[in-house]
Amino acid sequence: MTAASKTPASAILEVRDLVKTYGGMRAVDGVSFAIQEGICFGLLGPNGAGKTTTIEMIEEIIPETSGEIRYRGKSRAPDFNRHIGIQFQQTTLLDFLTVKETLKIFQAFYGIRADIDRLVRLCQLEEILGQYNDRISGGQKQRMLLALALVNDPEIVFLDEPSTGLDPQARRNLWDIVLDIKSSGKTVVLTTHYMEEAQHLCDEVAIMDRGRVIAQGAPDSLVKQHCRGTTVALPRRSLGCHPDRLGRRWRAVGENIAVETDDINAYLRTLMSLQVDLNDVVIHSPNLEDVFLKLTGRKLRD
Amino acid sequence: MNLLRIWVMFKARNAEFFRDRAAFGWNFLFPFLIVAGFALIFGGDTRDAYKVGVFPWTTATVDRKDAPLPGRLGSARMLRFVGFRTAAEGIETLRHHKIDLLMELDSTGPRYWVTSAPRSHVAEALFHAALQPPECRGAGQEQQIQGAPIRYIDWLFPGILAMNMMFSALWGVGFIIVRYRKNGVLKRLKATPLRAFEYLSAQMLSRIFLLMFTLVIMWIGCDLFFDFNVQGSYIELVIAFGIGGLSLCSLGLVVAARGSSEEFASGIVNFIGWPMMFLSEVWFSLEGAPEWLKHLAEAFPLTHMLRAVRAVMNDGAGFSDIWPELAVLAAMTTVFLLFGSLLFSWNE
Repeated sequence: MTAASKTPASAILEVRDLVKTYGGMRAVDGVSFAIQEGICFGLLGPNGAGKTTTIEMIEEIIPETSGEIRYRGKSRAPDFNRHIGIQFQQTTLLDFLTVKETLKIFQAFYGIRADIDRLVRLCQLEEILGQYNDRISGGQKQRMLLALALVNDPEIVFLDEPSTGLDPQARRNLWDIVLDIKSSGKTVVLTTHYMEEAQHLCDEVAIMDRGRVIAQGAPDSLVKQHCRGTTVALPRRSLGCHPDRLGRRWRAVGENIAVETDDINAYLRTLMSLQVDLNDVVIHSPNLEDVFLKLTGRKLRD
Repeated sequence: MNLLRIWVMFKARNAEFFRDRAAFGWNFLFPFLIVAGFALIFGGDTRDAYKVGVFPWTTATVDRKDAPLPGRLGSARMLRFVGFRTAAEGIETLRHHKIDLLMELDSTGPRYWVTSAPRSHVAEALFHAALQPPECRGAGQEQQIQGAPIRYIDWLFPGILAMNMMFSALWGVGFIIVRYRKNGVLKRLKATPLRAFEYLSAQMLSRIFLLMFTLVIMWIGCDLFFDFNVQGSYIELVIAFGIGGLSLCSLGLVVAARGSSEEFASGIVNFIGWPMMFLSEVWFSLEGAPEWLKHLAEAFPLTHMLRAVRAVMNDGAGFSDIWPELAVLAAMTTVFLLFGSLLFSWNE
């Protein structure tokens, strides 16, 4: 049973049997989920899985073919767009405006006259306020778009692939800001094809593939549910004996052999008793990438 | 409708126009260059000069005083003489329509060559007229035109300004909105409380403001050089330009209503703009053109705008004379606005 069919009373957003077809193609094929208030909810899946189409239907950017979307238990009211903030995947803004002017204009769209200092601090925009909005780095641009998504103090913030194209440092920086946003009580809905991002930020994820949700839950429990055991990899040369003596099923991975175990402590003791040098051993705990691989036979990023 | 939202969009669009230095400069430079160029080319007696090749002559330029031109050819207006060494050289040039008539010097009854081109035909008539005896030339009695003479530049200038306005409106409204749709700006705006009507109003108001701003600067700038002769009042001139500009901007909104292909949008702008430029009498009058062409020209806002503007400028017309044109322009504006807003889509 999915979370949606239980209809928890505290769900801020609920989606039932959402469908979007383009011609004969079902880009989104009966998606259902419910999002609790104040959490970070992630739609994880490869490119083309239907993540963006799903959230753009929720955001009222594109109309749904069929299905139901409920905000706080009711159909979305005409002023729904005042309660949400959106960061699109690729956005160009009005040309020849500075970052500060851009923020001010978006504020005016919502009729807000408050100063933008808090927003500027939160998104670390102090140094680029006077620069044109298309003359800033990728990381700076994502932070500015994030600030635009927050300009109306929304209850739900939608982030579509927020860290795509960023270097690792800029990505970490953005993640910190997203966690700050969540800690201020807002609900965050993000799409991503980065397993690390979902694992780091999300309290709950729905894994999407080919227009459907194929698994849903907290990242840890999804991993526990679908990928039991830890993988231990060691070079064959560091093993003084035949791998069969390890007492478990093993498989060769290049020069290494890999063994799966449910009890990592006991297994490491076995290796030590066989006088294997543990410096050579690599222990891999399963993650959402492995869940996806297990469920679809494919990798998240091909 | 929220006036604050219209105002901030209006300001943002204006900022874009004024801060894009290259495009801003070009907006002024382009019409000025055209007007200056035409003043230079057509300012003197050389306007529509027909070229007559003469041979044998050693230099390309022919001074009328030195060349033994028969009859009154030496003082004939509208003719320019070009020298050729041999008949073969001249005939080859004539064949390619680079000159309109070729004649042989130093013979009493000169031999001449023409082609079937209309210009060649006129040159031949001028040639014959110059060689006729004086008694044949006095036929008919010339009458004086009543009223102040209208200089060519005073007729042409409003046309150039109006044409510039037309392209500026179609590109500045039509093309820009399509570009914004393509690169996702409109999608981002759609996600805010900004309404389509507010956005389109701001685009149109901004463009009409910029059109009128450019118009005034251009007018003052060119007036310094050409000293225009305005018969009517400037207020009526500004109103005619203003309503005409509005109708052109609203036509731009129709162009921009759908689609996200810049190539297609520029095709549509050219498809509308070029026939409008040629049929609205910017460059030449449609007097004597086929009736269906004249009817077609009536469908273009530029035709009505230009008729009103020239009536005010050249003939001193007032409201009572130009209101039918203004009414047509206002009606066109309404129809275009209605179509543009009904068809408009943020992201399709």
